Amino acid sequence: MVAGVRGASVWAWLIKLALLACLNALGLQALFILAGLENWIAFGLVAVTVLALDFIYLKPGLLPAKYLAPGLILLAVFQIFVIVYTTYISFTNYGDQRNGTKDDAVAQIIRTSLERVPDSPQYALTIVERDDELGMLVASPDGAIRFGTNDDPLTSVEGVGLDALGRPEGIEGWKTLDLAQVIERQSDVFDLTVQATDDVSNGALKTSDGQTAFVYTPVLEWDEKADTFTDTETGLRYTDGGRGLFRAESGETLTPGWRVVVGFENYTKALTDPEIRDPLIRVTVWTFVFATLSVLMCFGAGLAMALVFNHPRLRGKKLYRSLLILPYAFPAFLSALVWAGLLNPEFGFINQVIFGGADIPWLSDPYLARFSVLMVNMWLGYPYMFLVCTGALQAIPEDSLEAASMDGAGGWRTLVSIKLPAILVATGPLLIATFAFNFNNFNLIFMLTRGWPRFTDTTYDVGATDLLITMVYKIAFGSGGGRDYGLASALSIVIFVIVAVVSIVSFRRTRALEELN
Amino acid sequence: MSTPEASSHARGLARARQRRWFRQVGWRHVAAIFALAYALFPLLYVVSVSFDSTGTLTGSNRLFSSFDLDNYRDLVGNTDAPFVKWMVNTLLIATITSVGTVFLGALAAYAFSRMRFTGRRLGLLTLLLVQMFPQLVAVVAVFLLMLGISEVFPSIGLGTRSGLILVYLGGALGVNTFLMYGFFNTIPVSIDEAARIDGASHARTFFTIILPLVIPVLAVVALLSFIVATNEFVLASVMLTDPDSQTVAVGLYSYVAQAQSKNWGVFAAGAVLAALPVVILFIALQRFIVSGLTAGSVK
Repeated sequence: MVAGVRGASVWAWLIKLALLACLNALGLQALFILAGLENWIAFGLVAVTVLALDFIYLKPGLLPAKYLAPGLILLAVFQIFVIVYTTYISFTNYGDQRNGTKDDAVAQIIRTSLERVPDSPQYALTIVERDDELGMLVASPDGAIRFGTNDDPLTSVEGVGLDALGRPEGIEGWKTLDLAQVIERQSDVFDLTVQATDDVSNGALKTSDGQTAFVYTPVLEWDEKADTFTDTETGLRYTDGGRGLFRAESGETLTPGWRVVVGFENYTKALTDPEIRDPLIRVTVWTFVFATLSVLMCFGAGLAMALVFNHPRLRGKKLYRSLLILPYAFPAFLSALVWAGLLNPEFGFINQVIFGGADIPWLSDPYLARFSVLMVNMWLGYPYMFLVCTGALQAIPEDSLEAASMDGAGGWRTLVSIKLPAILVATGPLLIATFAFNFNNFNLIFMLTRGWPRFTDTTYDVGATDLLITMVYKIAFGSGGGRDYGLASALSIVIFVIVAVVSIVSFRRTRALEELN
Repeated sequence: MSTPEASSHARGLARARQRRWFRQVGWRHVAAIFALAYALFPLLYVVSVSFDSTGTLTGSNRLFSSFDLDNYRDLVGNTDAPFVKWMVNTLLIATITSVGTVFLGALAAYAFSRMRFTGRRLGLLTLLLVQMFPQLVAVVAVFLLMLGISEVFPSIGLGTRSGLILVYLGGALGVNTFLMYGFFNTIPVSIDEAARIDGASHARTFFTIILPLVIPVLAVVALLSFIVATNEFVLASVMLTDPDSQTVAVGLYSYVAQAQSKNWGVFAAGAVLAALPVVILFIALQRFIVSGLTAGSVK
């Protein structure tokens, strides 16, 4: 017996060592990559984490840490850090066209402003390919053969012959593309930009037919010392005003911009810009209305069913109960999609069959859509309340019910004085949790209406049934319009604050905190 | 021998009893029929549509008017919408998330329930606070974090299923530890002590003695996190953009959003298949759920 235990613990020890070895190997790999990227903050965090894990699992004792470490690390990264990070992003202008560094933006602006030099010499050209990467082999007017790619500027190569049309024949290690292959990769060929030197301001070669290349120079001239761009055609000067954008005095801007901290700008924009403030107020009010009514409706329906079907002499109540909670078992996102079809104004079952071919705009009229969303949410949510209320009803001691009926209390009196208080005590915290859940009930809204019908007084994709969370999602990842991570994060913070206030107030009241001991 | 009066009296009694039965019990059956109609018709509808090969919203309003498997065949054979891959992805992601959640949550709950250490109260309080902040609200930050991780570890970065599982596991502790903690507290500490006296290590006590005793709560947490992972759309849609690695929630949504009316029949078939695992699990573990849900209410 003793030997068996020791054998088992040797194995456990070996497994532990193997796991730790893997962890350290992965950690080392991450450290190398992070050092290469010169990301020293992440480097430090990874190093500290790996060392801490080694310490925790190699040192005898420290039992609580051994049990808590894996979960806490994941929690710290994917739950706590992301909240902090959300706060940071909400103070930046992060978004589409503003997601890189300033250097990236400068390089990108220069590259997109390349235009063909009017009297450019012609370069006879051969397109070559290696591992999907395209290269440009050109015969310069001075007779030298040069070679370059998107990433490497032109360099002279020796010993390349010319074909009958005067184009270079090919280069070792690269495959020469014929006309058909060039046409097949047309857009890549047109995008191919080979710089003359490391500095793109010195011009680049591009081709528009895959046969001849011309010299292109940037229309926008970059002056690194003055930190400005000058348009060589119009003379317009663009300066960096500290807002992550090059802007001319006339207000014109260059894209892309880059990421900078903008302070409270996203918050003030949400509170003052009528494009976003007005819909935001409506959405916030609706989010509260939706969450509150959802709780009341689901609880009401669930409670009513629990009271009706929890009768001692009702036959088949087990079967009823199993069938009635089926909506809860069906995945909610699918239910919402099915209801979207049922409520389709033209072809949906509700209009066609139940209302005999009526044309009721269930999901496209603002008020009807809000009504429909609530009704569908009641269908989704009552089974949970039904289960919980039934459980609470069954937990009421028989004696107190008997005592009540001996004292001459009727059905109504028993309900109000004994059953309801007992149910409310048991379900109170669940009602708060349900409120918090519905406050962020993304799936229902997004699957059923996408937040539509859209408001007509804003260019943002926001509508009558949008909740705050669907609005965040659409601002950050919606199609059409720029993705604005900064503004979306600011709205996320608003949600966090609301949810925190509601939860803290309700926790105070349920005194859950006092039970921690 | 009964006199006419007596038999009419008996009939009257029977009728009165019937009436009383209806007033006390019978009407509940009538109510049940209405409630069942309300609860089940959308489900029956989607099953009916899935077996109806006309396949559009227009043609699918006559319930169970035809029965064939064309929609299911189209669903599996459709190369634009790789439903089978979505199913496999979803089952994989949800299963691993569910097992991982149970494991991490049980470890933490055991530590909080059985050990006394500095920071314990603070830890519990943090969990209580953190669970108020749903991960999906921080979706932008999660997306940008994963974008950054892609540069270091592409295998767990943006676009990978393993990355999504890690994100889900990060949210696991906050939600489920309390439920488990409450249940662990109901197991007498004397059991641990007896095991320790017998010479069992802490790990052995945890795995072979305590875990089997808390199976009901493990089942509830496993089921709930499986359902949550199956249903999750926001994070999955942001992280998984390649159709081959998507989950059913993301895939089916974009499939039906493209052309609701045209793709309706095939969608219904997909919905039925996608719902099956969850519904089966739910029915199988039903007896645990009620106790688990109400146990959660105590905390």
